[in-house]
Amino acid sequence: MRALLILLLALFGVLVTGPLAAQDTLPPAPYAYRQLDNPAQEAKAQALMETLRCLKCQSQSIADSDAPMAGDMRSQVRQRIAAGEDPEAIRAWLVERYGDYVSYAPRVTALTWPLFAAPLLLLALAALLLRRRFVGGTKS
Amino acid sequence: MRARWALWLPLALFALFVAVVVAGLYWPKDREVASAMVGKPLPAFALRPAIAERPGLAKADFTTGKPRLLNVFASWCVPCIVEAPQLAQLAADGVEIDGIAIRDRREDVTAFLARNGNPFTRIGADDVSAIQLAIGSSGVPETFVIDGTGVIRYQHIGEIRPEHVPLLLDKLKEAGA
Repeated sequence: MRALLILLLALFGVLVTGPLAAQDTLPPAPYAYRQLDNPAQEAKAQALMETLRCLKCQSQSIADSDAPMAGDMRSQVRQRIAAGEDPEAIRAWLVERYGDYVSYAPRVTALTWPLFAAPLLLLALAALLLRRRFVGGTKS
Repeated sequence: MRARWALWLPLALFALFVAVVVAGLYWPKDREVASAMVGKPLPAFALRPAIAERPGLAKADFTTGKPRLLNVFASWCVPCIVEAPQLAQLAADGVEIDGIAIRDRREDVTAFLARNGNPFTRIGADDVSAIQLAIGSSGVPETFVIDGTGVIRYQHIGEIRPEHVPLLLDKLKEAGA
């Protein structure tokens, strides 16, 4: 019983001190954890945030991350959407600063076009091979 | 006869896979996100002073004709302590250094600089990482070389270690120092 109590106290200690060990002591940016009042705008912001990469935690979107910088990015995205800015303009603004890396929505560029072309080429190749097999099969 | 070598194909593919994994383990990819703003002018900004003893920071402070260093730091950033002696050395060599304190409280910045030295001419406070995002910086510490017209010439990601000082001096010279 006593051991259990100590364990519970220890767990409580971890829960209480955990957030204190965070990176900084400033409160989060205004719209880091607060949704926009306008549901249509919030939906737009959410859709964009899910396709922007967190720069501190590189396999998460900023919508998924609790890093302070991701919070600052969410706040900025929401405020700019609320001000009437187009989501793709915000994405372009970030790509201008961090490169394609910051966006999870792939673009067709001089560098990335093979990624888009390769599946089409493979499909064409498969169609060709299948055609040779089946069409050739009926002939023989 | 053809089936003979084809038998080894899966093993060969597996060996290739292992080779790729081992290569990835021994030579990890560079995880730093470089700013795409190098070569472009600083965005317009004006930040309130981060401490009582130094003025705040605005874009106009970078169009004085003389190249400067812009150091993005924070009191909660451990590598920032590591680079403090190098910043002090650069400042002693006559380099003008301005700072941007990210998500920081006045008393924390004051205490940090009292402990580690204050090489900064001006320090702006960026409470919501707005300027950090605008210049394409993805963490602390980062140091930018800004030329006399306010154009970003070079970005150093991570703490400045002693071996980086000559490089930064070179970049400042290239920027017109």
